[in-house]
Amino acid sequence: MDLFEYQARDLFAKHDVPVLAGEVIDTPEAARAATERLGGKSVVKAQVKVGGRGKAGGVKLAASADEAVARATDILGMDIKGHTVHKVMIAETAPEILEEYYVSFLLDRANRTFLSIASVEGGMEIEEVAATRPEAVAKTPIDAIDGVTPEKAREIVEAAKFPAEVADKVADVLVKLWDTFIKEDALLVEVNPLAKVASGDVIALDGKVSLDDNAEFRHPDFEELHDKAAANPLEAAAKEKNLNYVKLDGEVGIIGNGAGLVMSTLDVVAYAGEKHGNVKPANFLDIGGGASAQVMANGLEIILGDPDVKSVFVNVFGGITACDEVANGIVQALKLLEDRGEKVEKPLVVRLDGNNAELGRKILTDAAHPLVQRVDTMDGAADKAAELAHAAAK
Amino acid sequence: MAIWLNKDSKVIVQGMTGATGMKHTKLMLGDGTTVVGGVNPRKAGQSVDFDGTEVPVFGTVKEAIEKTGANVSVIFVPEKFTKDAVVEAIDAEIPLAVVITEGIAVHDSASFWAYAGKKGNKTRIIGPNCPGIITPGQSNVGIIPGDITKPGRIGLVSKSGTLTYQMMYELRDIGFSTAVGIGGDPIIGTTHIDALKAFEADPETDLIVMIGEIGGDAEERAADFIKENVTKPVVGYVAGFTAPEGKTMGHAGAIVSGSSGTAQAKKEALEAAGVKVGKTPTETAKLAREILAG
Repeated sequence: MDLFEYQARDLFAKHDVPVLAGEVIDTPEAARAATERLGGKSVVKAQVKVGGRGKAGGVKLAASADEAVARATDILGMDIKGHTVHKVMIAETAPEILEEYYVSFLLDRANRTFLSIASVEGGMEIEEVAATRPEAVAKTPIDAIDGVTPEKAREIVEAAKFPAEVADKVADVLVKLWDTFIKEDALLVEVNPLAKVASGDVIALDGKVSLDDNAEFRHPDFEELHDKAAANPLEAAAKEKNLNYVKLDGEVGIIGNGAGLVMSTLDVVAYAGEKHGNVKPANFLDIGGGASAQVMANGLEIILGDPDVKSVFVNVFGGITACDEVANGIVQALKLLEDRGEKVEKPLVVRLDGNNAELGRKILTDAAHPLVQRVDTMDGAADKAAELAHAAAK
Repeated sequence: MAIWLNKDSKVIVQGMTGATGMKHTKLMLGDGTTVVGGVNPRKAGQSVDFDGTEVPVFGTVKEAIEKTGANVSVIFVPEKFTKDAVVEAIDAEIPLAVVITEGIAVHDSASFWAYAGKKGNKTRIIGPNCPGIITPGQSNVGIIPGDITKPGRIGLVSKSGTLTYQMMYELRDIGFSTAVGIGGDPIIGTTHIDALKAFEADPETDLIVMIGEIGGDAEERAADFIKENVTKPVVGYVAGFTAPEGKTMGHAGAIVSGSSGTAQAKKEALEAAGVKVGKTPTETAKLAREILAG
């Protein structure tokens, strides 16, 4: 889960990383009081989860409370690279900035550990610095158990060649930032820029934090950080039913069991679609192993409720779960939906393979639901589902 | 021979007395796996009856090893307690720990991986969030259905459980030496490279099927490894060509970030290493068949 800047700022403040004062608002008028609380001037910053908002006009200085209201009016509702601005942060104006640095901690998948990235050339995208001046970027592996001690922080500071006069302060920020990373179960904490200001202090002026959704069990507060406004309504409905669903922009609804098989199903449908008017998968939906009729019904309901869906492909490999149970699940799910008064009008192509496939196929054949077609190979079923979606879209 | 698991493997189950542990212990026993014990400190001294097979419960992994000579542990404990369970297995120096549990926080897996390193990597960890490992006809550890395929000469390594099953099923007439599901999490214990190395050295494996998916660069690194070190034919499959950027597709590690971790890049890297990559699982199976037919 990626956080907004203001949420990152709050987490930094909680762990004593030096930040500027600020508050988040969602109406222009609220900018007035917020700016007055900051002494009559502020920076109005669009809250979007995408880089380059400054260049896009999403960050403006306001010399008065009136001006803050005007700037907030401009920025709220603005589109930045496809992201609509719903909130702005009214932040304290930074004291005179002398230098801008970059520091972050992140997961290093390849080395199965954590990594620190630091540079005295902050302020721009670190990928850009790494591409043009790789010698200006210091990468230091961090042991997941030993973590960032003051000595380790010092090592990072030296590797990145921070000037002597800020070395202690940057090392201190690194220890606190690591504290944020560990205690919040983050996958990324990034400060860019970490600014050296006229007083000699270093302050985190902007930051990014990404948290590990799998760690939610020990962070009940993660729930509040979810951006419910931005979630696709179908994705939100699926989440409520504990379904692993991602909305895509095609026409063939997909239900399968197992993340790998479902990803593969999307690809196979997209290939098949090349022969059928370029129809594409409409979603990712993994109902997992041993899915009951209830789970199948919940999944079907979400997919049939998607107006983009023209046909549905149910692709199940019976592993531990037997295909006869899955077939019964499908038949019961359709009945459940019809009993609920949901109109099922879209054709379903079902492929069952694996454990008890013959029994499962027989159940579907015997049920003879007018909308359900059985195709017994994955590639063949994908082709049929794509063909039906194309025919319905015409 | 196979890799890492055979008829002599003695298996203990951490979390055997939970619902998932009970269900799969029964299935593993049914597949002929030698399950010698369960671990649960609150039920130590008791035993569980699985259709006539009495399996004792021990208080610790260490005690289970001392009393049974176990050399494999399979872990079914809930995600909150998984890190401690893996650390206990590492401390007991069991040679193989298979972590089935899904939904483990990355900081926990990073931590037990670092711990394994500090203890000299005496324990091979498979997973987390994986279906386990099967040497058909000999032993089955985890949740892979035991009746999909038969013993044979194909080695299989995969990030995905259901694609493992699909591939085992497609090639069931040829059969498998060992199939190992390494899991789709961002941090995993055993990698594609570890499995490739073991299959290359296994005289009972003639061909290797490698299944990858979006996220990270494990497949690219495996491709480099194959180029330098693998003489046996390798057939590959990568899932997730249609996955959008920035969305997690089911597995915690299955995410395309910016331009990195794409299926296309992985396919190209594998092909550059001489690996034949199928467009669909069925086509991949066909490629394996053609190579084995000569």
